[in-house]
Amino acid sequence: MDRIPVLRMGSLLLVTIQVDMHDKLALQLQDDVTQRISDWGSTGVLIDISSLEIVDSFIGRMLANIAAMSRVLGAETVVVGMQPAVAITLVELGMSLPGVRTALSVEAGMELLFGAVANSQFGLDDEHPQA
Amino acid sequence: MSILRHELMPLKNSNDVVLARQKVRQWSIELRFSLVDQTKLVTAASELARNTLDHGGGGQMRIEELNSAARSGLRLIFTDQGPGIADLELALKDGYTSGSGMGLGLGGSKRLVNEFSILSEIGKGTEVTVVRWR
Repeated sequence: MDRIPVLRMGSLLLVTIQVDMHDKLALQLQDDVTQRISDWGSTGVLIDISSLEIVDSFIGRMLANIAAMSRVLGAETVVVGMQPAVAITLVELGMSLPGVRTALSVEAGMELLFGAVANSQFGLDDEHPQA
Repeated sequence: MSILRHELMPLKNSNDVVLARQKVRQWSIELRFSLVDQTKLVTAASELARNTLDHGGGGQMRIEELNSAARSGLRLIFTDQGPGIADLELALKDGYTSGSGMGLGLGGSKRLVNEFSILSEIGKGTEVTVVRWR
């Protein structure tokens, strides 16, 4: 069965989705990412969806699941590169991807991840500010 | 209103869902839909094709190119011979799901198209028709 590659870069995982995914492929990716986090102790996951021409509720749910599962395993997820037409459609569909961090570019996503990882190492969870 | 051409796409497995949305993409490009309109129609097609497969046990999509009073559009008709939907009003509500989904399939895709209609009979099947005008 074909798979979407999950690349390791230091403490991060990089996933670039470049194919029109059928549902089983999306589920496989969900399993693969969680397995890799556990295998490699990754602290961040960057998912590039700039090649995706649509995100329907199934793929949206997969992205939300990956973010939630990663968080439980101690890793932050950032989804980057969503096309404007995809964003418009997704919101109209009724999915605004709550709980999923997003950034416009891979670079911005990296910054977000390194920031989040640095904060969590210093015990500052920016989602639950102590101040 | 006239139908300029039509095509039938089977929906028997999850790969057929991919082929169906590629077909919708191709036709909406040919009709020169805007990128946002293409994306909306393809996304709606993906939701409805998945419904046909997951809830209807498979079926088919008919795609039609429409021409009416100098405007053109695409009509998609999804049919299955599945169990049917008992409470249509409930099924169209956001957040309602009979399976493991988000419950956005029907209600969500309705918002992505210009015309939406659904016929369903218990034990006979379901037919969902959507139209997007250019």
